[in-house]
Amino acid sequence: MTTETRTPETQPLRRTLPRIPDRFAAFGAVLIVVVVLAAVLAPWLAPYPVDDPRPLERLLPPSGAHWFGTDQVGRDVLTRILYGGRTSLFIAVAVLAVSALAGVTLGVVAGYAGGWIRDVIMRVTDVFLAFPALLLSLALAVVLQPGVNTVILAIAVTWWPWYTRLAASMAASIATRPYVDAARCLGVPAPLIILRHVLPNSLTPVLVQLSLDAGGVILTSAALSYLGLGAQEPTAEWGLMVQQGQTLFTTNWWVVTFPGLAILVTAFAFNVLGEGLRNALDPRRAVK
Amino acid sequence: MSDHLIEARDLRVSYGGRVVAEVPRLDVGAGECVAIVGESGSGKSTTLLSLLGLTQNAEISGQVRVCGVDVLTASPRALRELRGARAALVMQSPHAALSPATRLGVLMRRALKLHGVRDVDRTMARAMEEVLLDRELLRRYPHEVSGGQAQRFAIALAIALGAEVILADEPTSALDVTVQAEVVGVLRRLRAERDLALLLVSHDLALVSTIADRVLVMKDGAVVESGPAATVLAEPSHPYTRELLEALP
Amino acid sequence: MLRYLARRLGQALLVVAGVVVLTFAVMRLVPGDPAVAFAGPKATPEQLAAARARFGLDDPLPAQLLTYVRDLLAGDWGVSLRTRQPVRDDLYLAFPASLELVGTALLIAVVLGIPLGVLAARYKTKFPDFGVRVGSMLAVSVPVFWLALALQTIFASNLGWFPIAGEYDSALDTTSPLTLWTNITVVDALITGNWPILTSTLDHLVLPALVVAAYPTGVIAQMTRAALIEESGQDHARLERALGFGETSILTRFALRPALGPVLSLIALVFAYAIVNGFLVEAVFNWPGLGRYAAESIRSLDTPAIAGVTLLVALVYVLANLVVDILQGFVDPRARTR
Repeated sequence: MTTETRTPETQPLRRTLPRIPDRFAAFGAVLIVVVVLAAVLAPWLAPYPVDDPRPLERLLPPSGAHWFGTDQVGRDVLTRILYGGRTSLFIAVAVLAVSALAGVTLGVVAGYAGGWIRDVIMRVTDVFLAFPALLLSLALAVVLQPGVNTVILAIAVTWWPWYTRLAASMAASIATRPYVDAARCLGVPAPLIILRHVLPNSLTPVLVQLSLDAGGVILTSAALSYLGLGAQEPTAEWGLMVQQGQTLFTTNWWVVTFPGLAILVTAFAFNVLGEGLRNALDPRRAVK
Repeated sequence: MSDHLIEARDLRVSYGGRVVAEVPRLDVGAGECVAIVGESGSGKSTTLLSLLGLTQNAEISGQVRVCGVDVLTASPRALRELRGARAALVMQSPHAALSPATRLGVLMRRALKLHGVRDVDRTMARAMEEVLLDRELLRRYPHEVSGGQAQRFAIALAIALGAEVILADEPTSALDVTVQAEVVGVLRRLRAERDLALLLVSHDLALVSTIADRVLVMKDGAVVESGPAATVLAEPSHPYTRELLEALP
Repeated sequence: MLRYLARRLGQALLVVAGVVVLTFAVMRLVPGDPAVAFAGPKATPEQLAAARARFGLDDPLPAQLLTYVRDLLAGDWGVSLRTRQPVRDDLYLAFPASLELVGTALLIAVVLGIPLGVLAARYKTKFPDFGVRVGSMLAVSVPVFWLALALQTIFASNLGWFPIAGEYDSALDTTSPLTLWTNITVVDALITGNWPILTSTLDHLVLPALVVAAYPTGVIAQMTRAALIEESGQDHARLERALGFGETSILTRFALRPALGPVLSLIALVFAYAIVNGFLVEAVFNWPGLGRYAAESIRSLDTPAIAGVTLLVALVYVLANLVVDILQGFVDPRARTR
C-alpha cells in the first residue's frame, strides 16, 4: 500500500480541476495526445512529401513502403492522413475558440444582467439553435468560396449558441451567490465582478463542453468536406479523402477505410475524454 | 439466545476504512421493540440497513442473524428470501420509498407473487384492513396518497408478506404530528397482536418513550449507552443522552 | 399550466419568426441572380426584367421580406428554379421519404438502445457495461457518410445481401404501381396491401436506416443507463431490495418507467438531428428524401428550394422542442417555472 500525502496547498486545486476520473477517460486523453502529436509532427513523421503524385504508383495496396497504400493519383495515404490531422485539428481549435469566445461572452452578459438583455440574447440564441447546423453550414459554404476558412466560419456560426446557453445558466446561478452580492454592495463595477467572479467560475463546465464538442466539430467539418464544400485539393483532409476515394471502395478499400478510421478515432478520443470529464463534474452520472 | 429474531454481535460497518457504526451487541426478540436513538449521522440508520445487507459499498464485519439467517454469509438468493417475506423495512420518507410510476396495488401484488403467497387478493384486502386503509388506495399512484397513508401502506406490505420482523427507519419524522400518532398506533397494535419484533431507529425520544422496551443511544458511530427504555430515559448515565433529553420540548 | 403553455408557445412563435428572417437573409446571400436562373441564360432583357418584377427583386429588402412572410403565411413557399414546381409540392414528396428513413432509424435506436442501456445499468462497472460504453461511444463518433459507404460496400456490393441504393425496385412502378395516401411509401404500401413494394422498400431501408440509427442508438443507450443508475439509487429501489426483488427486476419492473421520461424527450431532440444527419446517408444510398433534394438544390443554386428545406427542418426542430417542453411541464411541475 502506498501512503498518500496531501499537502494543504494541493487541496483547492483538486476541487476546481476535475480529476481524470477513470482509466477509460484517461485512455481517451492519451489517444488525443497521440493524435495531436501525429498532426503536429507530421512534417517529420510522414514518410513521403504531402503533395507528391506519382502516376506510376497509383492505388498500391498497403505494404512495407506504403503502410496504408497509395491513393488514386499515387500519393502515400499515411502521409495524407498525418497532414489531414493538421487540417481537422486546426478547424476544431479555430471553431471552438471562436464559438466559445463569442458564446461565453454573450452568455455571461445575459446571465449576469438578466431582465430584457437576457431575454433578447436568449431568443436570438434559440433562433440559431433551431437552425440545422449542417444546413446553415451548407448554405454558407455555397455563399462563400469553399475552403477551410469557410468551414470554420460556417460551423462557428451554428456552434456558439450552445456556449451562450451554458454560460448564461452558470452565470445566472453565480450572480446570486452571497460573495457576488457582497461585491456588488461594495460598489465593485459590473465588468470587474464578471471578470473576477463570474467568468472564472463558469470556466470548468465550458472546458468540459469544449472537449465534448471537439468530436462533433471534427465530424461536421469532415461531412462538409465530404460534400465538397470544405477543404479543397491539394489540401489533405480526411472527409475529402473519403469523398475522392468512395467509388474505389470495392476495389481499393484502403483509400477510403483509413481516412474514415482517422475521423472515427479522433472523434472517439475527444468524446471519451469529454464524457469522463462530465461524469467527474456531475456525480449523478458517474459510476461509483 | 436463539429465540431472538435479530441478533448482532460486534457489528462494524465501514466505508473505505472509515468506521461509521459499531454495535457490540443488539438483540430483538419476538414481541419486543428496541429503539436506536441518536442525532443524524450517528450511524443508527446505517446499522439498521446493514442488518438486511442493504448498505451499498460498505464493509461489514461481525455476526448478524436475522430470523436465523446469517446475513453476512448468506447467498444472494437466501437474502432475497429473507427480505420482505420475513423481515420488512419501513423507510423515512414515505413517498420517495415508493416507485413513482407503479400503483400501490401493483407493487404489493408483485411482492406477494415474488414470495409465492397464495390467495393474493384476500391477503391484500386483509392487510389493508389491518392498517385501516381503504382498499381503493391500491389503485392509486404514490403521489396520489398522503404521507401517513403511504407509511401505513408500507406496513401493510410487511403484514401481507407475513413478516416477523419490522425494521423502521425514522418512520414518523416526515409526517405531521397527528399522522405520526396514527402510524405509531398501528405499529404498536400489530406488535402486540402478531408478536412482531420491532427495531426502530429514531431521533424522536418522545416517540421512543411511548413504544420501546429497550434503547441504544448512538453517537459518532458508537453505542454510548444502552438498557431498558425506562431506565435510560429516566436516569441517563451518559452526558450525551442527557443532552438529547434536554433538547426535548 | 395554461400560462406555461401560452408562454412556451409564444417563445416558439418568436423563434419561428427569427428563423424566417434568417432564412430570408441566407436566401439573399446565395450568389447568382434568381431572375437569370429562372429565365434561363438566353433570356432577352425584357424577359429578365419580367422575371425580376415577378420575384420582386427590385423592391427594397424590407419590402421583399414582407412579401416573403405574406406568401409563406398564405402557404406559398415559392417556385423551385430547378424543378419549376412549387417548393411546397416538392417538399411534400421529399419529406415523407426522409421521415420514413428517420422514423425507421429511431425505431431501431429505441429497440436496441433501451435494452443495451438496461444491460449496462444492470452490470455497471462490469464487462457488459464497458462493452456498451465503448460501443455507444463508437456509434456517436463514427462519420455517418463513411459508415454508409462501408456498409454499402460490404453488404450490398460485395455480399449482395441488400440492394445498393434507391427506395424500392423501380420496375415495380409498372408491375404493381403504388396508390399514394401519405406519401410515406411503407405506410402507403401497407394500407393498400401492395406487398411487392412493401417488401422491396423494407429491403432497401435496412442499410440506410441502420446507419442513421447509429448515433441515436448510442445516445439512447447512454441516457437509459444514466437514468436507470440514478433511479436505482433512489429510496424506492432500497425498499424494493428490502422486499426481496432482485436487481434485474428492480431495473426492468420499477426503475425503467420513471427513467423513460428523459429518454423519450431525448428521442424528440435527436429526431431533428437525425433528419439532417440523414442527408449524408441519403446522398450515399440515393434515397429520394430531403437530403437529396437539398443537395441538388444547392448544386443548382436553387434559392427558394434551399430556403424551403431550411425552413422545414427548422420548423421540425422547433416543434420537437415544443413537444418535449410541454411533456416535461406535465411530468415535472418544476420545469414550468424555467
